Amino acid sequence: MTGNISRRSFIKGGIAACAVAASGIPTSASGADKDKQLTTLLDIGKCIGCGACVEACSGVNAGKYPEPKKPFPRMYPDRAKPEDWSDKKDIHDRLTPYNWLYIQSADVTVNGEQKTITIPRRCMHCTNPPCVKLCPWGSAKQLENGISRIDPDLCLGGAKCREVCPWEIPQRQTGIGLYLDILPAFAGNGVMYKCDRCYNRIAEGKLPACVEVCPENVQEMGPRDEIIKKARALAKETNGYIYGENENGGTNTIYVSPVPFETLNKAIETGKGKPHLKSVSDSMGKANNLVAAMAIAPIAGIAAAVGTFYKYSRKDNEAKQDEPKE
Amino acid sequence: MSRKNNVRYLYLLTVFFITLSGFGQMPIFKRYYIADIPGLGWLAKFYITHYIHYICAALLIGFSAYIITGYIMAGRKNSKLTVTGYLRGTLIIGLIATGILLVIRNFEGYIFSHNLIIFLDLSHLALVMLFLFTSLYCLIFKKKWTTK
Repeated sequence: MTGNISRRSFIKGGIAACAVAASGIPTSASGADKDKQLTTLLDIGKCIGCGACVEACSGVNAGKYPEPKKPFPRMYPDRAKPEDWSDKKDIHDRLTPYNWLYIQSADVTVNGEQKTITIPRRCMHCTNPPCVKLCPWGSAKQLENGISRIDPDLCLGGAKCREVCPWEIPQRQTGIGLYLDILPAFAGNGVMYKCDRCYNRIAEGKLPACVEVCPENVQEMGPRDEIIKKARALAKETNGYIYGENENGGTNTIYVSPVPFETLNKAIETGKGKPHLKSVSDSMGKANNLVAAMAIAPIAGIAAAVGTFYKYSRKDNEAKQDEPKE
Repeated sequence: MSRKNNVRYLYLLTVFFITLSGFGQMPIFKRYYIADIPGLGWLAKFYITHYIHYICAALLIGFSAYIITGYIMAGRKNSKLTVTGYLRGTLIIGLIATGILLVIRNFEGYIFSHNLIIFLDLSHLALVMLFLFTSLYCLIFKKKWTTK
C-alpha cells in the first residue's frame, strides 16, 4: 500500500494545500492600520456623571440583551455555576449582561479642592484584543474599524474572554445561546456580553448612543492617530493625564483626566464588573515575542539534519576507506 | 541513549505538552477539576498555556524540519514512509499550517475574516483529534512511521 502514495505526490499535495490556504489569506485578512481604527476620546474632566450615556446605551441596545430560558439546565460538575442577571436588569453600578456601560466615581483632591470625578466605563476596545484573539471558537471578532464584539449566536459562555481581558469586561448570562443545543450539562454556560460600541449604528454612519447623547460632549470619536493627537494636546493644555494610549499595547478608548490615574484607581471601587484603572502591559505582546523562536526553528532543524547527515556520511566514507582491500 | 532515541523522546514530550497546552486553550481544565491536581494548576492559566503552546510549536516545527530534511537527504533507499506515516505527517503539516495562520492572526493589525477564524479554530481542533486517534491506532497496532 505504501507504493500508492509516492513522496513526490505527497510533497506536491502538501504544497498545493499550503498554496490554497495561503491564497485565501489576502482576501480574508488584512494588516489593518491601527492608526485609522475608530477611537473614542473621553475628557473626564467634563463628565458630570448624569448617566445619560448609560440610559442611552440601554435604550439602543435593549434588543441585543439576553432573554434566557428558565429553568437553566443542570450543569456538571457542580463547579460550573449559572450566572443569572435576568432578574437584576436594573443594576447600573457595575457591568452586567444588561448594562454595558456604567459610571465610576472617585472622590479626589484636585488643586487642593475636594472633587468627585466621574468616569464612564465600558469595554476599552483594545487594538489587539485578547478577548478576540484568544477566544477558542472564534465567537469574538474584531472589525476593521477596531470594534471588538462577541457574536451571541456563536458564544458558548466559557468566559475565557473575561479571564484574559485585563479589565475583566465581558459578563456572562446563563441559559441562552448555542451551548443549549450542544451539551448544556457538560460544556458552555451561556453567552458573554459587553459593549460593541454600537457597531450597527456606526455601520449606518451614526455615532454610538453614549457619544451622541452626552450633554457635556465628554466623548468624541475619530481615527486613532487624530484622537491621540487631540488627547495629548488636551492633556498638555489641562496638565492632565492619559489612559488607554499604551495600556494593553494600546486601546481605542482614550481617557484624559485632570488627576493621575494611579490616584483615580485608588479612589474608585473595583472588583467584579468594576474595572480598575491600573497601568496594563501588552497581554498579547509577550506571546508574540516568542514567534521569533518559531521563525528560527525550521532553520535550526534543517541545519541539524544536514549536520547529522554529513557526520554520518563522513563516518560511512571513513569506514569504507578503512575496509581491507581485496 | 542513541541520538535517534533522544530525538524520539523529545518529539513525544513536545507532542504531549503541545496537545495539553492546546486543550488548555479551552476553559475545561478548571471546570473539570484537572487543574486542581497538584502540579497541574498552570493548565487553568490561559496565558501560561498560550506561552507553552507557542514554545512547543517552535520545537515541533524544528523537529519536523529536522525529520523531513533527514528523510529527504537519506533518500527512499534507506527508509520509506508507511501509509500511517504519511497520514500522521499530513495531519502534523495541517496542524502547523493552521497554527501558523492563527499565530499571524494574533499579531496586532491582522484582522482575519470571521469565517476564516472559525475555520482555522475548528480545523486546528479537528486535526489534533484526528492526529490523536491515528496515533492511538498506530500505538495499539504497532504501526511505524517508516519501513526499512
